[in-house]
Amino acid sequence: MKTMSGGKTLFEKVWNNHVVRQQADDLPAVLYIDLHLVHEVTSPQAFTELRQRGLKVRHPEQTLGTMDHSTPTTPRGLDGVIPVVDSQAAAQLDVMRKNCADFGIPLYDLGTRNQGIVHVIGPEQGLTQPGMTIVCGDSHTSTHGAFGALAFGIGTSEVAHVLASQTLLQYKPRTMAIRVDGHLRDGVTAKDIILAIIAKIGVGGGTGYVLEYMGEAIRSLSMEGRMTICNMSIEGGARAGMIAPDDTTFDYIAGRPSAPKGEAWDRAMAAWRQLPSDPDAGFDAEVTLTAEELAPMITYGTNPGMGMAITSPVPDPDHLKDVSQKLALDKALRYMDLQPGQPLLGKKIDVVFVGSCTNSRISDLREAARFIEGRKVADGVRMMVVPGSQQVKRQAEGEGLDRIFKDAGAEWREAGCSMCIAMNGDQLQPGQYAVSTSNRNFEGRQGKGGRTFLASPLTAVAAAVNGVVTDPRTMVNQRERA
Amino acid sequence: MEPIRQFAGRIVALPINDIDTDQIIPARYLKVTDKAGLGAALFSDWRYSADGSAKQDFVLNQPEHQGASVLIGGHNFGCGSSREHAPWALIGGGFKAVISTYFADIFRSNSLKNGLLPIIVDEQTHQQLISMAEEDAMTEVTIDLESQTVRLPDGRAVPFPIDGFSKHCLLNGVDQLGYLLSLEAETARYEASHAARVNTFA
Repeated sequence: MKTMSGGKTLFEKVWNNHVVRQQADDLPAVLYIDLHLVHEVTSPQAFTELRQRGLKVRHPEQTLGTMDHSTPTTPRGLDGVIPVVDSQAAAQLDVMRKNCADFGIPLYDLGTRNQGIVHVIGPEQGLTQPGMTIVCGDSHTSTHGAFGALAFGIGTSEVAHVLASQTLLQYKPRTMAIRVDGHLRDGVTAKDIILAIIAKIGVGGGTGYVLEYMGEAIRSLSMEGRMTICNMSIEGGARAGMIAPDDTTFDYIAGRPSAPKGEAWDRAMAAWRQLPSDPDAGFDAEVTLTAEELAPMITYGTNPGMGMAITSPVPDPDHLKDVSQKLALDKALRYMDLQPGQPLLGKKIDVVFVGSCTNSRISDLREAARFIEGRKVADGVRMMVVPGSQQVKRQAEGEGLDRIFKDAGAEWREAGCSMCIAMNGDQLQPGQYAVSTSNRNFEGRQGKGGRTFLASPLTAVAAAVNGVVTDPRTMVNQRERA
Repeated sequence: MEPIRQFAGRIVALPINDIDTDQIIPARYLKVTDKAGLGAALFSDWRYSADGSAKQDFVLNQPEHQGASVLIGGHNFGCGSSREHAPWALIGGGFKAVISTYFADIFRSNSLKNGLLPIIVDEQTHQQLISMAEEDAMTEVTIDLESQTVRLPDGRAVPFPIDGFSKHCLLNGVDQLGYLLSLEAETARYEASHAARVNTFA
């Protein structure tokens, strides 16, 4: 809990380093933004605002555009072109090109070698670094917090603020420490940790907070696992989630195109090592989980807080005391067409989606490929694998992962958000069930009338192979025995 | 932005917890490049059947609730994505305020920048407002920004919180970007003492 000691949290250190003007009684702080990522869906109206006022982008060299949300992920045609079938989406992409050209912002255009999901490309290029402030008109900007950056989603008005001034108005949030002690058991992954955290604190439990994830189980994760965790901070209502940088972080960044080089690297490392929360730093709230107690998780409802161990029965609204929660669960189960007390194990599914800014990085694809190798996607199941970026795609293809997926009967696609947000034609049909490695199971999120079970890549593959919701641990054991 | 001081409006209740921005405006409507016309997409999946016909059992489609301008939502209204299209759609749908027990951070921030008031009330008042809206579609409240109160039909004035800066901007029709740009000298001073961290052209 908060103490009067002088210790500072990771968040407070990054915040303090970026204050242009201190927060006062009636005025929010003015915070400097180091890196602004821009995509086609939430930026057009911001550029319009700049044009109407005759403003320039203050720092195009601290801004980067990419295309991901409304872009097609269908394989390229024989001419090498990725077809945009939707004229409205095509127009939006054209506007993005024009805006980036007019305002001098570098753009990872569709079809170019660095294009990808905005939260995959930042880390991939080495642009995401400890101690930075990073924003984007996208709530999953929290992903970049895995590096010890303060990174959060903003609205389009704020996109205009940052484009024009490189600053943002912010009230200082509270801090919540989320400690995950111990070691994960086989078949349990970073995705299961974050789904368990959200199930525990609730979909609004982090509102007003910046989360800091800590503890042995977090420290043991790769950078990609840490990104999966921080990515879903917003699903617990928190603007941002952070993890203190350590050697895992530095090893990941070293040598990437935008990483500091030579002496600059040494200076950066020295500064980054100062960032972790001081031992006597206090938090406004604390939550603790034990890794050994976690099982593969799956959601049963229509928000990411409605999650449970995959072996559990669907909860019963009648067991809830709070009337509004009872109504919410009842509504969710009606939408999902599930009965209270029913197990999800064995539930027939139609689609499996492996992708999104939560789980589309190379380690996610390796893990999924290893698990599906030598197995087949069940009859009647559509499995889509959508790499997070063109670079991830090339790397996966270099390792032969695409072949493994295709041999198993899965679709191997171009990079983008795809069926996570279903803006680009990749979508569920009404009534279909999907096991998805994405981050949101809201009604209609993956297509109007579609029903989403959020889970890890391992659980997604297990469902694809069996055609029903399956505990991946049962298959790990099978293979070990074979 | 037009200044906001006080307005009276009829209330309509959508007492569902955790109404996410994908419900307020589904993602397929985000392929636009302007703000206009999004009112037609407001709560689209709850309002319309697959064939495009209006669902008569959805409260916003009911004739007696047409013209309501104050929406009473469930707890944690506006969770999910950062899309500012959510407040744009609510404003396009004729709403000037949303009342809940609490709001998701980004939705709240986006709403304040567009003159849609996110009004936080205590649980008891919230319940009372839901009951009043459901009992009588003509129930009207008066929202006064200056005094930060919602006046109920029984005359009770319920206070609500709002940060001083947003209040000032809304009362005076001041936009926040103008304020940030006025701090140019301070921003330049910060930049002079802090080297840029990355170069996206490199």
